[in-house]
Amino acid sequence: MTTMIDPTDGVAPETGATPPPRSGRLSMWRLLLRDRMATVALVVLVLIVLSTVGGSLILGDKSNDQDLARGAIAPFSLDHGWLYVLGSDKLGRSMIARMVVGGRTTLAVAVPAVLISLVIGSLIGMWAGYHRGWRETVAMRVADVIMSFPSLLMAVVVLYVFSPSASMIVVVLAITRIPIYLRTARAESAELQSRTFVDAARTFGTRPTAIIRRHVFPIVLPTLLTVATLDFCYVMLAESSLSFLGIGIQPPGVSWGLMVSQGRQYLQTAWWLSFFPGLAIVVTAVCSTLLASWVRIATDPSQRWRLTVPRKAAARRRRQAPIVEGEVS
Amino acid sequence: MTATSLDLDGATRPRGDVALDVENLSVDIRTPFGTVRAVDSVSFTARRGETVALLGESGCGKSLTATSIVGLVDPVVDIADGAIRLDGEDLIGMSPKRRRAAAGPELAIVFQDALTALNPVYTVGTQLAEPFRIHRGLSRKEARAEAIRLMERVGIPEPESRVDSYPHQFSGGMRQRLLIAIAVALSPAVLLADEPTTALDVTVQAQIMKLLRDLREERDMAVVLITHDLALVAEQADRVVVMYAGNVVESGPVDAVFSTPKHPYTKGLLESVPVAAERGADLKSIGGAPPELSAIPSACVYQDRCPLVRDICRTDRPPLREVAEDHAAACHFSEEVSR
Amino acid sequence: MLYFLRRRSLTSLLPLLFVLVGVFVLARLTGDPTSLYLPESATAEQRRAFAASHGFDDPVWKQLLHYLQGIPHLDFGTSLRTGQTAASMALRAFPNTLQLAFATMLISVVVAVVLGSWAAYRPNSLADRISSLLSMTAGSVPDFWFAIMGVWIFAVILGVLPTSGTDNGLLSWVLPVVTLCVRPIGVLTQVVRGAMVSALSAPYVRLARSKGATDVRLVTHHALRNAAAPALTVAGDLAVGLINGAVVVETIFGWPGIGKLMIDSILQRDFAVLQACVLLTALSIFVLNILIDLGYALLDARVRETVKA
Repeated sequence: MTTMIDPTDGVAPETGATPPPRSGRLSMWRLLLRDRMATVALVVLVLIVLSTVGGSLILGDKSNDQDLARGAIAPFSLDHGWLYVLGSDKLGRSMIARMVVGGRTTLAVAVPAVLISLVIGSLIGMWAGYHRGWRETVAMRVADVIMSFPSLLMAVVVLYVFSPSASMIVVVLAITRIPIYLRTARAESAELQSRTFVDAARTFGTRPTAIIRRHVFPIVLPTLLTVATLDFCYVMLAESSLSFLGIGIQPPGVSWGLMVSQGRQYLQTAWWLSFFPGLAIVVTAVCSTLLASWVRIATDPSQRWRLTVPRKAAARRRRQAPIVEGEVS
Repeated sequence: MTATSLDLDGATRPRGDVALDVENLSVDIRTPFGTVRAVDSVSFTARRGETVALLGESGCGKSLTATSIVGLVDPVVDIADGAIRLDGEDLIGMSPKRRRAAAGPELAIVFQDALTALNPVYTVGTQLAEPFRIHRGLSRKEARAEAIRLMERVGIPEPESRVDSYPHQFSGGMRQRLLIAIAVALSPAVLLADEPTTALDVTVQAQIMKLLRDLREERDMAVVLITHDLALVAEQADRVVVMYAGNVVESGPVDAVFSTPKHPYTKGLLESVPVAAERGADLKSIGGAPPELSAIPSACVYQDRCPLVRDICRTDRPPLREVAEDHAAACHFSEEVSR
Repeated sequence: MLYFLRRRSLTSLLPLLFVLVGVFVLARLTGDPTSLYLPESATAEQRRAFAASHGFDDPVWKQLLHYLQGIPHLDFGTSLRTGQTAASMALRAFPNTLQLAFATMLISVVVAVVLGSWAAYRPNSLADRISSLLSMTAGSVPDFWFAIMGVWIFAVILGVLPTSGTDNGLLSWVLPVVTLCVRPIGVLTQVVRGAMVSALSAPYVRLARSKGATDVRLVTHHALRNAAAPALTVAGDLAVGLINGAVVVETIFGWPGIGKLMIDSILQRDFAVLQACVLLTALSIFVLNILIDLGYALLDARVRETVKA
């Protein structure tokens, strides 16, 4: 017996203080609502998605409407109507309209890129990890090569060889992110394929694809989803960086990263041109990071109890507990 | 059942001074579902030159008692009540500085798992020298010489060449010797040994216990042995404190407690040990399992597993009371317990 | 040790060659530089002569072979833009990047070790809150926006720092280094904090405490060295990223480093310079990785034995 008292095993589960949840989905919602930060993050993300997708339907054509008479209007003033509450650029284009359309572009690049790399990477990774041997070696070497390749160069090549469109940027970003999922899925699946329940399935003559689908996939999924939520952040920043460097979204297209870049030369006279789009990137990224850390805890059965601790008790423990074994007083 | 150490010296040796006096020690653990009492009003004493065993199953609170005494408890653990007196001075409420000064020269502990308890990135010489550097302010060179002397004392061959080796280069038994060397470096008044031989082979176990006993004699220490091993208690200890569910259920000299147990739990434990003379007979075991810490009965803690249980056991907690000279048990019907 | 170096060199050579060939071929996919360097009015004859003089009329495999043959003679081609040798341009830009990377890593490691250890030692203290805030911003704030906002506040509004360039001594270092530090500090602090939390609750720290060691000694002496290995791994990855060229930061602050040179060469189709840059960074990353491995060995005797074996 050691003196480490781990609240996760031994004491906590047997007390029965929390009744077993009736249905998985319902209890997940309830867990989410208990974490104020995660709830706020989710609400903000949903608002961003709704306003960019819905807003660009309404304001889409306004984003390129030039009106030199209304050029460089400072923000936070309703003198020129609500369209100009965040100001306008030198050509008199409404910042709000451009933010909304730019957000849609950014999301339209980041979401498909994450989904494509998630699907391809996890499928190859689970397959390689399950079969081990040469299939694993080949998959891992390919991942290594992709990782060590300057993605900037790849973006430029695509830009020059093909037409520089949003879909091409999606492809570039998806390819560069595949190794992340491939490695995660391979590691977990390689570990799982040596477990007894997989052996058991094998002795029944279950085919490898069926074993992967039924026994490997459900266990690997939470980890992959966590990685994907975090990676959404990364991909969004990567798209912004490419657009900022002039090798991503091209004008007259709009994206947050491109807007920051375009506003840079007017920094002395119109700071808002760079400030707001960057802020939008930060808010979206912070929210998805918060949500990712919640997903990581919520999908891990050995960590989930943390979310069920009543807020007051958690606060009390936080105040009292120094991590090092403290002097007993 | 005879205790070899008692045959050697136990009954005839004059009792030393009381080095450690634990009185009504109560320890709480905070969990997400409320606070539980893991150690409840535990009292015992240990004298210089004597080995006291804390005996009990996993989770009975014996290790928590030990770590509370040396002040190495986790942040979720509170000492709720009681006193721990080391040579008459209460450790609870002592300033951190005074407490650090006592850790080593007055009070030391030998951990169970020597591989994880030794720091993997430092040579054993550095780790053995540390007590001398901290408490005696010796120079690197002097402390190193002390470390070599200590290694020699605990039986590590060629200490001069081994002093610059790393922990992973030693065998399990040698690592345990090193841990003991660190603990006895400054000849503390009280040495706690937390399952010091659990991870070792039986032959190595015997050597380690002999080393501990020799060092106890040589440095006149009080040894508190924390263990679940009845045979070890019988061979090594002078006195035994039997714990169950955070409470002391019986305490006394080892030969008295083991020959005439006065608590049904002690008796159950003793009967569950296979004895060569009774080969062929059914081995008895205690039915059920110890209660969860959050569900310890407020009356007798042993009521759910006790063969003698009656109504009063479910309403009143029996106090620990003297049943013979220096022999106490916490049972309403201790007279009925016999072998 | 020698065996270790030889093995490392061999296993690194193949990926290096692969990347070099890939860059070579991909770069040529971006198009013929002829039209970029000759005026619109150039005749077909002039264009052919330009292409022939730089070997662009050969098939790609022949160009590649010619390039690879030059490498053993330290001939990496000449720049189309400046006419200087590609190697000299890359070598001139590289120290600027290296200095920036070194300053960034030095500051990041010091801050991360202090803040991370403190946060691990006292959870929910001020240091702990700062460290989680930093790790949150590290992954969420785009560096180009951070840099531009820095320029806006400190150069445009307050006027205390230069907007770009390297001419203002130490002052011109402030904004680039601070921008570059954001991510490494955030990531490293979190790693140090995590490693220190587990090291501080390890049995060997309990043993040291039972010897009467002070809290400061527990942190600096017993826990930190054990927590150093995971931090070293992550610090290595971050340093690789910095050496690979802080493209965005170098572009914004007009810092004449390897990242800026690389993106300029790509945009100008200056293939020889691009290849020299890729080769130089790959080589220095190889050296960096060896240094990191030596660092592991220095920290832990168990690693030393496997290196010797």
